[in-house]
Amino acid sequence: MTQTLGDLPQIEYGTSGSLTEAASIGAGIWKRFRRHPGAIAGSIILLILIALCIFAPLSPYDPEVSNMDERYQPPSWSHPMGTDALGRDLLTRVLYGGRISLLVGLLVIGISISIGVPVGALAGYYGGTLDTILMRITDTFLTLPTLLVLILLSAILREVEFPLIERNSVLTIGLVIGILSWMIFARLVRASFLTIRELDFVSATRALGGSDARIILRHILPNSIGPIIVEATLEMGYAIIEESGLSFLGFGIQPPTPSWGNLLSNAQENFTKYPWLAIFPGLMIFLAIISVNYIGDGLRDAVDPYKVIEKAGEY
Amino acid sequence: MFTYIARRLLQTVVLLFLLSIFLFALVNLAPGGPLAGQGRSRQIRPEKIEILKRQFGLDKPLPTQYLIWLVGNDWMRVDTDGDGIEESFGTRKGILRGDFGFSYRTRQPVLEEIGQRLPNTVLLMTITLFIGVLIAIPVGIVSAIRQYSKFDITVTTLSFAGQAIPEFFLGLVLILIFYAWLKNPWTGEPLLPSGGMVSLNVSGPAVWDRIKHLILPVITGALGWIAWYSRFLRSSMLEVANKDYLRTARAKGLPNWMVLYKHALRNALIPLITMLAIDLPTIFGGAVFVETLFSWPGMGRLYFTAAVDRDYPVLLAILIMGAAAIIFSNLLADVLYSFLDPRVRYD
Repeated sequence: MTQTLGDLPQIEYGTSGSLTEAASIGAGIWKRFRRHPGAIAGSIILLILIALCIFAPLSPYDPEVSNMDERYQPPSWSHPMGTDALGRDLLTRVLYGGRISLLVGLLVIGISISIGVPVGALAGYYGGTLDTILMRITDTFLTLPTLLVLILLSAILREVEFPLIERNSVLTIGLVIGILSWMIFARLVRASFLTIRELDFVSATRALGGSDARIILRHILPNSIGPIIVEATLEMGYAIIEESGLSFLGFGIQPPTPSWGNLLSNAQENFTKYPWLAIFPGLMIFLAIISVNYIGDGLRDAVDPYKVIEKAGEY
Repeated sequence: MFTYIARRLLQTVVLLFLLSIFLFALVNLAPGGPLAGQGRSRQIRPEKIEILKRQFGLDKPLPTQYLIWLVGNDWMRVDTDGDGIEESFGTRKGILRGDFGFSYRTRQPVLEEIGQRLPNTVLLMTITLFIGVLIAIPVGIVSAIRQYSKFDITVTTLSFAGQAIPEFFLGLVLILIFYAWLKNPWTGEPLLPSGGMVSLNVSGPAVWDRIKHLILPVITGALGWIAWYSRFLRSSMLEVANKDYLRTARAKGLPNWMVLYKHALRNALIPLITMLAIDLPTIFGGAVFVETLFSWPGMGRLYFTAAVDRDYPVLLAILIMGAAAIIFSNLLADVLYSFLDPRVRYD
């Protein structure tokens, strides 16, 4: 292995050394992100998917009204993904399912950030006993067998009849996955707070009389936002996989509300005869996750160019 | 080192204790309680439910129930026939003495249920993990050595794909291809079976039949491991590539293969081995998706059916054992790491 610096990807450090404006940092990130072909392809595919899901109501078919004359039609021009056991257009259902799956993904990001970031920030900023307690809690959550607890929680909540979380709605599933995936954010944020709180500009702010809240929110947090964004992107992928997995097992989003997971699950029964029912929802899950992962990878390299040197050109 | 391990073990005990309270509470605070599933699956009269509750000890306050679950009830009088009078000593020994109670579904001891399933899961998962690592190591090495070659770029793309394809979808596609579409040209039967461990109509050890049943589940499970481990090894090979000791090795005139295998690979494998140790609990927990999809009678499927039927003693037992397995394998990873890399010391 001949590893020289010449093999490393060239790295841009913002534009012309002007560090005065945040905009130039953003521009630098965008410039590096643009060089990652996978990330660009992923962004385009994801944007198309999102647009299709948003405009799903424009479809001429209704996702829930059955049409017994058109059961089990293979893919054709009028039904690009075929029809299901009740004669419903699969493409329409897949797009409506995509809304649910992507929504769950966003919800999970929201929930895990709003638990993980405060926990990590408080632990990293104050240190001491608070840090020990918060990190013990984090470690305890990390020792839970995630998938098994997910199954248990959603099996339990499936029977609950509270208004908002009734019958495993989007909110319930997002909540359940979210409270089992905030730990990575807590660890990341804590780590970056531990380093940044020792820097001179933080001491300067404190000397000027800045309150703790101000230092945390205005000075340290913006500087640790990079890894949070990267992790949030990757989290979207995990959330989609977990939601579809749960729905596949029957513990997630409950039919008739379509989600990629339960479409796949329903297709199982007769899928050797009607394979398109399983293949299209599965392909959508695959496409969504691979694009999200490529975007996350591109963002990671773009946000933190030093990591690229460390990892010696990891794509 | 010994004080370190002793301290970690002590922490483990505390952590497991806290987790047991947490998981017990979680399971028992479920709406309807543990008997909710009973009322749903079969028609049971309300007064029968009351009797059952007394028999299972579910009429007692939660802390007492937890205590009984933990240390048993052979020191206290219980109501065995459910008539409201506590007449004789209990028979439960508690999980601390290895008694995980009875499955609500089959009325068998939970440990027996697990004992029947565990070997199947261990068989499937060891083969899966072994094959995964066996393929991932050479792939990872070559793509690190030939960084940015066609091979490397192909493998990187494939590993992204491998990590993005959900197990349950991959399994379905494989069943479609090898069970529904491809037929054995001589007998006209499906090329590979779509589920189970062994065909019903064969007797004896039936090794070839068992292997045929293993192929699809193993491929389904192994693909993710191959993608993950080959990528992991590639980046840890590239990480040691810049280290001074490699430059020294090369400077003293060692042939390239020796630098690679004696110096680079050995050091790059250290994180891989610790990663393997961290991933070991999956051997115990099994793969819920692979096992449900291929009707493999293992732990994952046991957990799945227990969750469907709300078989709480089984769920609790598997959860606690799963958490314990994760904690111990993390400890094992740390100890292994300091053993393999003597620069790392814990005290």
